[in-house]
Amino acid sequence: MKTKSILICGVGGQGILTASDLLSDVLLLAGFQVKKSEVHGMSQRGGDVISTVRYGDEVFSPLPALNETDYILAFEKLEALRNINYLSRKGIMLVNDFAWQPLPVASGLEKYPADIEAQLRKLAAEVVLIPATRLAVELGNEKASNVILIGLLASRMEIDRPLWLDVIIKKVPPRFKDLNLKAFETGFNFRP
Amino acid sequence: MAKELLSGNEAIARGAYEAGVTFASAYPGTPSTEILENVVRYKEVIHAQWGVNEKTAMEEALGASFTGARALVAMKHVGLNVAADPLFSASYIGATGALIIISADDPGMHSSQNEQDNRHYAIAAKIPVLEPSDSQEAKDMVIEAVKISESFDTPVLIRMTTRTSHSRSAVELGERLEPPVPEYKSDFFKRNLLPGNARRRHVLVEERQKKLAVFSDDFKYNTVIKGKNRIGVVASGVSYQYGREVFPDASFLKLAMPYPFPVNLFKRFAAKLDTIYILEENDPIIETFARLVEPGKKIIGKDVFPLLGEMSQDVVQASLKLKDLTPRFDVNTIPRRPPSLCTGCPHTALFYNLGLQKVNSRGDIGCYTLGALPPLSAMDTCVDMGASITVLLGIEKALAKAEKTIKQVAVIGDSTFFHSGITGLIDVIYNKGQSTVVILDNSITAMTGHQENPGSGTTLMGETAPRIDIVKLVRDGLGLEHTYEVDGYDVKAIKELLKREILRPEPSVIVVRRPCILLYRKAKWSPMRVDGEACTSCKVCLRLGCPAISSDADGKAFINEALCSGCGVCAQVCAFKAISFVDDKGLHSSSITLESYLSGDRS
Ligand code: SF4
Ligand code: SF4
Repeated sequence: MKTKSILICGVGGQGILTASDLLSDVLLLAGFQVKKSEVHGMSQRGGDVISTVRYGDEVFSPLPALNETDYILAFEKLEALRNINYLSRKGIMLVNDFAWQPLPVASGLEKYPADIEAQLRKLAAEVVLIPATRLAVELGNEKASNVILIGLLASRMEIDRPLWLDVIIKKVPPRFKDLNLKAFETGFNFRP
Repeated sequence: MAKELLSGNEAIARGAYEAGVTFASAYPGTPSTEILENVVRYKEVIHAQWGVNEKTAMEEALGASFTGARALVAMKHVGLNVAADPLFSASYIGATGALIIISADDPGMHSSQNEQDNRHYAIAAKIPVLEPSDSQEAKDMVIEAVKISESFDTPVLIRMTTRTSHSRSAVELGERLEPPVPEYKSDFFKRNLLPGNARRRHVLVEERQKKLAVFSDDFKYNTVIKGKNRIGVVASGVSYQYGREVFPDASFLKLAMPYPFPVNLFKRFAAKLDTIYILEENDPIIETFARLVEPGKKIIGKDVFPLLGEMSQDVVQASLKLKDLTPRFDVNTIPRRPPSLCTGCPHTALFYNLGLQKVNSRGDIGCYTLGALPPLSAMDTCVDMGASITVLLGIEKALAKAEKTIKQVAVIGDSTFFHSGITGLIDVIYNKGQSTVVILDNSITAMTGHQENPGSGTTLMGETAPRIDIVKLVRDGLGLEHTYEVDGYDVKAIKELLKREILRPEPSVIVVRRPCILLYRKAKWSPMRVDGEACTSCKVCLRLGCPAISSDADGKAFINEALCSGCGVCAQVCAFKAISFVDDKGLHSSSITLESYLSGDRS
């Protein structure tokens, strides 16, 4: 199988690394070779964060290539746009319909773009927007938005459903098990 | 054996465990920090500790090696500058128990002030360097390094980079080798580098280099992969992985040990090839040797591939004009998302006050370097660890010669002060400086992810430890009379202290105290709220650069309660009393105080 790439992006503190860990474990369990990359440091102070996962029969580079990434999972709209150049022409852009103002915007120095959705649709073959943050609040915990997004990604990938559930059960603390399983279903069954 | 997905740093820690390492030390620094944080998982068999800086950490590891114990010391690339002095001595002394030095370089400068290539240090100090290309190799290399170190009587440098440190790939776990029982045996000629002894040791170092070069020719991790055409690629570290993506049909020589350079291996490899590409991050080290060994060959290296930044398969392809990297979307047209101080950061009020008083600060390395960014914009120099204080003194003295002064302070964190700020402060006192040094004491090394330091009261191994009190250290230890302590959230007190001390024609220290907000996280303080009626849209609170504060459509301040930590600093800067706690569970009625926190209450 040709190596595939997934890029997860968003804002520091949104649970991006947890999501990409979960994804990597599922792919490993599915029998693929997996490489994951992330950068720590400054990004943890509310800056933009990217984590990438590549999988296949034999994976060399841990980094995805520009114009060659199969899926982008964006936890925030502006970050979706920031990373769109990685997406392959046939790739799928999955976006949390959620705007988080970066500091230069909040302090009035710059403007948050108003037409992100339109721009994304112009630049990507397929764009799916999901109000993951709102859905997570409805489930009772905003933090579950990352598993909702993982659920949405799972619905687009050819990996057996039970593998995802296995890994979620293994990875999350027991008291959050039900919440996260519900979050996964919410994302998996989401129809735009 | 079980396989696990490990980051390169986790794999190094696992390698230390399997190789029988029993002593490990480090000073935290991205991208190396997680090495010791993972070594400590094996604290039953490995003693792990933070040194106050990389030099002490290296010397402690060397001392451990003197007993025959296997020792590992880890640091980021610039940390090796600090530890360079013992590194060069360690090369002459050699290793009784293995001495493994991990340098995590940062090509692309994700969180560093330069992108130096620490393989230069291995060459200068005359010790071998290993460069893993993924996590499995990172683990294996530690085990190999231990063997090389003990059989050749040499420290070994393992060069990691941000990508090898922070990428995850599968690693096969193995058993632990039983380490030798340590015992201190005196060896005056080997370990006392008096000139007479050092001269003899240098002879041995040069002999060792020759033997290592022969070893490198047969080192099993210097792998050759036969290709289908007459193109060859020589690569080290993660660049090897990028090469495999770009040149599927080429022959490869993966140099896990680029120095001492395996001359014969390279000659044999090059013999049947027409063109050789050299892929390495940062400087042309392999390339320089390759060109020396095979001057007649067509070798393509840094003449085509960039010296700057990280490699990637994209960079390799673009350099060879195999791929056009022109983006379909220009990301410069959208707002950036720079990192910022956290909501409730105990450093915010200080920088806000510096801005207000138009004082520019000499900065240092830590979270507080973010005080340099807008809207705080209160720091215009930042050089290296500890330089805030010394640069301050240099500026002060140079201007004084021309009978000039400026309003300036040095700003340094507690961990950086322990690391190398304290010596600068002694210089200030001794040389009769008159400037003010602000020490931001949040009782933890926050930037790299909250590592313990001598002011924390705990060690890496989770034991309680004596807490070094910076105020006492400076006031009673260094005898600096004008040493003051202030709460990081007390805007007014900080303002008055700064005003008074900056003008004082004597040296002074202001210790701004308050533990990092992330240590209080579980505490439920009431968030703040803006009263829309009272707010005059003056935008003063926006100048704090707090990520929770923005302005809404009609220009009124708005506080995101989900993000707000309830520190109350914004309420203090609002002249119109428009900001208040949402309920009475405010900070000042919270049961957590600085004192209760410092005495171990982290609830
Ligand atoms: S981690 Fe702590 S010290 Fe660093 S910016 Fe956040 S609150 Fe401030
Ligand atoms: S400082 Fe007070 S009056 Fe000024 S914008 Fe902020 S809340 Fe409104």
